Amino acid sequence: MRPMTITEKILARHAGLKEVTPGELINAKVDIALGNDITAPIAINEFRKSGAKKVFNRNKVILVPDHFTPNKDIKSAAQCKVLRDFAIEQKLTHYYEGGTVGVEHALLPEKGIVVPGDLVIGADSHTCTYGALGAFSTGVGSTDLAAVMVTGELWFKVPESIKFVFTGKLRKWVSGKDLILHLIGDIGVDGALYKAMEFTGRPIEALSMDSRMSMCNMAIEAGAKSGIIAPDKVTKAYVDKRAERPYKFYSSDEDAVYCEVREYDCNAIEPKVACPHLPENTKNVGELKNITIDQVVIGSCTNGRIEDLAVAAKILKGRKTAKYVRLIIIPATPHIYNEAMKKGYFDIFLKAGAVISPPTCGPCLGGHMGILAAGERAVATTNRNFVGRMGDVKSEVFLANPAVAAASAIKGRIAHPDEVMK
Amino acid sequence: MKFKGNAWKFGSDIDTDRIIPARYLNTSDPKELAKHCMEDEDASFASKVRPGDIIVADKNFGCGSSREHAPIAIKASGIACVIAKSFARIFYRNSFNMGLPILESEEAFGSIDAGDVIEVDMDTGEIVNATKNLRFKARAIPPFMQELINSGGLMEAIKKKGAV
Repeated sequence: MRPMTITEKILARHAGLKEVTPGELINAKVDIALGNDITAPIAINEFRKSGAKKVFNRNKVILVPDHFTPNKDIKSAAQCKVLRDFAIEQKLTHYYEGGTVGVEHALLPEKGIVVPGDLVIGADSHTCTYGALGAFSTGVGSTDLAAVMVTGELWFKVPESIKFVFTGKLRKWVSGKDLILHLIGDIGVDGALYKAMEFTGRPIEALSMDSRMSMCNMAIEAGAKSGIIAPDKVTKAYVDKRAERPYKFYSSDEDAVYCEVREYDCNAIEPKVACPHLPENTKNVGELKNITIDQVVIGSCTNGRIEDLAVAAKILKGRKTAKYVRLIIIPATPHIYNEAMKKGYFDIFLKAGAVISPPTCGPCLGGHMGILAAGERAVATTNRNFVGRMGDVKSEVFLANPAVAAASAIKGRIAHPDEVMK
Repeated sequence: MKFKGNAWKFGSDIDTDRIIPARYLNTSDPKELAKHCMEDEDASFASKVRPGDIIVADKNFGCGSSREHAPIAIKASGIACVIAKSFARIFYRNSFNMGLPILESEEAFGSIDAGDVIEVDMDTGEIVNATKNLRFKARAIPPFMQELINSGGLMEAIKKKGAV
């Protein structure tokens, strides 16, 4: 049998095949299908138009209204109601709203809905996050979601894989976010177009699950179909407490074929910032110390997890945000919110002058809860800095890790955490 | 399928936020979305675009979000077809699934100026710049995708297979 990558093995298994080859078109069974308040209304409409009466499996279709919630206006409320009515009608096991909803890509792993070895599709481009658990997961559109809701299957073209081998040791304040920003800066926003990115090496094995998730989350920003990290004991410790179904660990064969192998020495990677208006415009934080800012956002499916809030709290403890800087902190899920509160982070954040938002995607996509005016500039731990992404078309977003974001909030300009933590 | 229209030209990495900004995603009504199509790239686009016009773009068109609102907005604005050097993967999938004709061509972009009259034959993949009297061949559409188009999109294709 031909040697296969972890991605090929998961796809083969779900297609009921012994092996698959890059470029091959397959029809595969989907374990989990996800939609949100922006993408699911179109899918639900397509589902109804098709004449289907019941979703293929009520445990496997997940609806998470997280983008414009708590409902920001009447139109958003109407969109969310489409999800709510459908969830009630179809008796979906996994539907979340109010005090149970969180940012989808933080919520699903946390609740054990997505497990290693799964094939997951989501009508949200950052669905690639679950590669951190050793699952194949990819973003699709609403019609694809509708097709899965009806049939439980979807067509895929087996992607070629690029192997990214990291060596050395992570420097202080460097996280998974910096590794992925560095990598996107290297290969560009279409550097992995249509491909699967596989992250390997000792420094990756040493990463926490939170950091692995922020890394895989941004695979799409390099144009990739998916990002994946082979599951290991860190993964096991995370999923054993949570998994609602049996899981399976896959790994790449030693002689698996990659279209490209790239190596990165972590000893040389500093905290990174992606400048407007593409995630590939990366610079070392030290090069940007004269960039003044108006807002800082710490949150999102990329960096709104407990480890992210912990590092922000460490830096903000006993300090204040600079005058005229708005610091918005958005714990990604109700559980993370509660953890942060119990650990005393809220006291630190409030004393520093931050506002704490309920879990929502909110400002990341210019929805609500922190929109920028023309001429305003933000440092955000989010994933995109496109034109107008967080508000006015003349506003700017700089992407960074939570430590850099917190240090920047204190200094009122882009700052290295070492400038604050002397 | 054959189209003839004037070219609109856009650069590389046109992301889905520029095709349809997220601030308008509180609806999925195609007519509403069309009013704001390409707004942050060219504020005059929605008012000036004419039915049958063709978008010609550089590499990685449609990168970013999975929002199907992007091809929906383009189609509802009256654009007949998008030609780009390359497409971002989810946009590419979405376009076939919901029925926005798209073609990949490396050469077309460099040889078409805004306003040129362009003719497209989706069946043969031939692109003609009638203004400059130039011809190009688009990258062949994989047979599977051609089948999706012929069925009238993904949902019609699965209905045909008797999966509903």
